Amino acid sequence: MTYIPHSPKERDAMLAAIGVKSLDELFKDIPAKHRFPKLDLPPALTEMEAAAELAELAESNENVRGDLISFLGAGAYNHYIPAVVNHIISRGEFYTAYTPYQPEISQGTLQAAFEYQSLISALTGMDVSNASHYDGATAAAEAVNLAYAQFRGKRKRVVISPTVHPQYRAVIRTYTQGMGLEVAGDNAGADLESGPEALASLIDENTMLVIVQYPDFFGRVYDYSAFIESAHGKGALVCVVANPTALGLFKTPGAMGADIVVGEGQPLGIPMWFGGPWLGFFTTKKSFVHKMAGRLVGETVDNRGQRSYVLTLTSREQHIKRERATSNICTNQGLLALASAVYMSVLGKNGMRQVAELCYHKAHYAAERLSQIEGYGMCFPEPFFHEFVLCCPKPAAEVNAHLLEHGILGGYDLGQDYPALKNHLLIAVTEMNSKEDIDMLVDALSEADHE
Amino acid sequence: MNTPANLKYAKSDEWFDPASGAMGITDYAQSQLSDIVFVEILVEVGDMLEVGKAIASVESVKASAEIYSPVSGKVTAVNSGLSDKPETLNSDPFNAGWMIKVEGGKAGDVMDAAAYEKYCAERTH
Amino acid sequence: MNNTLTSSKIVEPTIFDLSSPGRNGVSFPDPDVPRAKLPESLLRADLPLPELAEVDVVRHYMRLSKFNYSVDDGFYPLGSCTMKYNPKINEDTCRLPGYMFTHPLQPIETVQGNLALMFTLQEWLKEISGFEAVTLQPAAGAHGEFTGVLIMRAYHKSRGDDKRVKMLIPDSAHGTNPASAGMTGLTIVQIPSDERGNIDLKALKEQCDDTIFGLMMTNPNTLGMFDEHVEEVIQIVHDCGGLVYGDGANLNALLGIIRPGDIGFDLMHFNLHKTFAVPHGGGGPGSGPVGVAAHLADFLPAPLVGVLEEGDDETPPLFGFVTPRKSIGRMKAFHGHFGGGHVRAFTYIAMHGPDGLKDISQYAVLNANYLLARLRNTYHVPYDRICMHEFVAEGRFDGSDVRALDIAKRLMDYKFHPPTNYFPLIVHEALMIEPTETENKDTLDAFADALIKIADEAKTQPDLLHNAPSTTQFGRMDEVKAARELVLCCWLPEDYAEKI
Repeated sequence: MTYIPHSPKERDAMLAAIGVKSLDELFKDIPAKHRFPKLDLPPALTEMEAAAELAELAESNENVRGDLISFLGAGAYNHYIPAVVNHIISRGEFYTAYTPYQPEISQGTLQAAFEYQSLISALTGMDVSNASHYDGATAAAEAVNLAYAQFRGKRKRVVISPTVHPQYRAVIRTYTQGMGLEVAGDNAGADLESGPEALASLIDENTMLVIVQYPDFFGRVYDYSAFIESAHGKGALVCVVANPTALGLFKTPGAMGADIVVGEGQPLGIPMWFGGPWLGFFTTKKSFVHKMAGRLVGETVDNRGQRSYVLTLTSREQHIKRERATSNICTNQGLLALASAVYMSVLGKNGMRQVAELCYHKAHYAAERLSQIEGYGMCFPEPFFHEFVLCCPKPAAEVNAHLLEHGILGGYDLGQDYPALKNHLLIAVTEMNSKEDIDMLVDALSEADHE
Repeated sequence: MNTPANLKYAKSDEWFDPASGAMGITDYAQSQLSDIVFVEILVEVGDMLEVGKAIASVESVKASAEIYSPVSGKVTAVNSGLSDKPETLNSDPFNAGWMIKVEGGKAGDVMDAAAYEKYCAERTH
Repeated sequence: MNNTLTSSKIVEPTIFDLSSPGRNGVSFPDPDVPRAKLPESLLRADLPLPELAEVDVVRHYMRLSKFNYSVDDGFYPLGSCTMKYNPKINEDTCRLPGYMFTHPLQPIETVQGNLALMFTLQEWLKEISGFEAVTLQPAAGAHGEFTGVLIMRAYHKSRGDDKRVKMLIPDSAHGTNPASAGMTGLTIVQIPSDERGNIDLKALKEQCDDTIFGLMMTNPNTLGMFDEHVEEVIQIVHDCGGLVYGDGANLNALLGIIRPGDIGFDLMHFNLHKTFAVPHGGGGPGSGPVGVAAHLADFLPAPLVGVLEEGDDETPPLFGFVTPRKSIGRMKAFHGHFGGGHVRAFTYIAMHGPDGLKDISQYAVLNANYLLARLRNTYHVPYDRICMHEFVAEGRFDGSDVRALDIAKRLMDYKFHPPTNYFPLIVHEALMIEPTETENKDTLDAFADALIKIADEAKTQPDLLHNAPSTTQFGRMDEVKAARELVLCCWLPEDYAEKI
């Protein structure tokens, strides 16, 4: 009864006020045959015992802040999180509040969400950001929902680059399985060498949306401007899945003409947490705002003339539009949107650029050193950001097993998703990797080569 | 409540003008929806309409509604200015707030102004 | 850096308003590697983010936090949301470095702690609900619903049963139910409630034929009533070949009371952020695992956590990922809301055990019935019988123009968070009150006293209600202005376009 405050006396007084004799009497509507099952669960732990058990489980993992040196990215990145982020999101006023349905007593959540929207708009170069989705993959799937609603189902084709994150592509396929769409572009054997122009021939008058990634899954940076223009020529919308750290340095998808920019916000001050909870950002042009799913905060005034914020355009959403809504999404990732807003605020213009440059320089140093090892080489030409594909002389899984023996978490084994890239590792380098870490990686691989 | 006598009315609260072929939502409908903030016309000039086909989607601060055609026929005009000024539907639903015009319009199950007024009065109780 | 509503009085500037060029917050060391050449043509011209010192950022968000009302501030009886106290230990456990700093794609041998935790949580949720298998992947309740509908779809398809296109949904349902079903192109058929708040059996039978895909049912429903004919309802749907989905939003009433799987529900989502005390975070992150009966286990999203090698006395089992045979696919990237969701919920269940879980539901129901007993003479309760963890009253009085919204706003002046209003849709001027088990009698009495006093004010000084709240920093907002002017960003986009 750890968190139940009633004394026996209070409980009895309450039962008397209700007019029943026991707690059990409150459950007469429950079918008797199945009432009060005996649950086969371990007995309750005290807080002290639970803390110890949870610590023991946590310690049986090998983490990337002490146990392992990590060069693993592929959609989750080990970045430094300034101390201030956790302090702000640990305030009970933020984390124990609900969705801001009562704006008079939720201005903290609402203004923070409005600022999050503004920061994300600035980062992506887009007009409008919503208050967030579950993660980058579901945000990409919601881009399909937007396009479907925009064309009212008259266009049925979605073209996806094979170098969009494999799990994002999988999620899009799951989401759209009841919509009668055709998903093209990422079939086995798709051209991985060429840039986005390889997709151009697939975009036709039936195409509602084209999805590309920036930098792509292999870390490559393309200027999509001409590609987006040609897709627009066929009337299709273009969604760019962007890495927010890269946007500290590189041209925005907004400046390239993207209609929708989504991405995973985890690099913005959110721990990897074995995959979640993270943050899907979703931005678009103002003209599509009514087709956008998800919570949206707008500025207004209160009846005292004070600037204030409310959830707006709520009639787009499921609680009013029900089955006619673009999406069923209800919550956003409120607390994590706050975390990323604090991260972007405290790094600011200079810090965001600094982190991006650090990742860039360190990744390029790593690439140069690694490609000098006999048998290893860069798979694709520059430019790239903080991830690159390393060709190995043997299956990537074997290389990784060797690295793990040296306390190094190697890259992502691309053979899992791309059969042609069985001997290829996707290596990620962030500001958290020192020159010493990179040199250790190089040494470990050099040694492996001579075994 | 305003209910112009020259118009025909559908149970789903649309009006139709047999003289001009215009249609839109009624004064009763706009007052039920309250402050309208978004209108999207779902049909284009040249489309053939059946009675009951959705012609527009309307959202207010507290509600959303699909607007259905009370007649069949061919769309000859669309009031494209509405999307920039959705509040027109609140202020002037029968004139500036027209949504589309059709030709060869054959009315479905519609009523005259007196019957529609009675129908609205019944629903407010 | 301007906005369109400059005539308004600014209580707290935005983070952009507070920026001053040249200020620095957190900075990073110079690179310890040679600088590589940057690809000039691909770089952005400007990065229009604010520039502030750390202390400016801290004070700004501190001030914002004080504009919020939260569970840590006081009573938050928001119906359907289960705003119970969020134990502090959960905040500590989920931030242990072993959980925070593990990468989702690490080799399984290096994350056995995480996998053991997820496997155990799957097992516990199965035991609590009576289902055969559980996925932890869905990110929130609505995401769980969508997962569930896709599983139901895959089941019908696997049997070559393609004619099932109608989803039955009671009129008291959450909007996410029809929206989730709508995302797969199903036709929604609304089923009315009867005068006791149960599903209307006659209306249900009339709809049931071989085109029925299934029924989405919240039980207890959003009126706070346990459906008195739940087993019959499920039987009727099963008899016509449909499946029954349970919306687990109200599971806080059922822990150790009844297991949905035992009475024939085919599948259900859990809301770890309601029932199992994961904090709501101002609107997320949630966590919405889905449990299914044996005939649906093969369709669960991939991957699940399973035992790859059985252990023995000396070696622990090897946990890893497994893909169900006919899986619907992946619902999100990676494995679900592990850190913020699974670790907190695991901690919470571990600290309650079987008896503690039953206490939760018993006391949640006790608190709701106590408030109902204190309020039923003042507020009309349209479905008035023993309720479960919540109940719905009408926020209106004969001969008064006071509405539920006014009552809700006036409660803020008494330092309470209002109940949910205008939901469920089948009650006029609904006030949906869910006290949860973590509130003591004094708090409940103070809340009841306030509502009774407000009912009196509604008669004697209705303007107090119409103008409420008056003691809070902010008054009622102009929602029409927000929707018509659509300022969604501290920037004017025009202003911004010049900068990129």
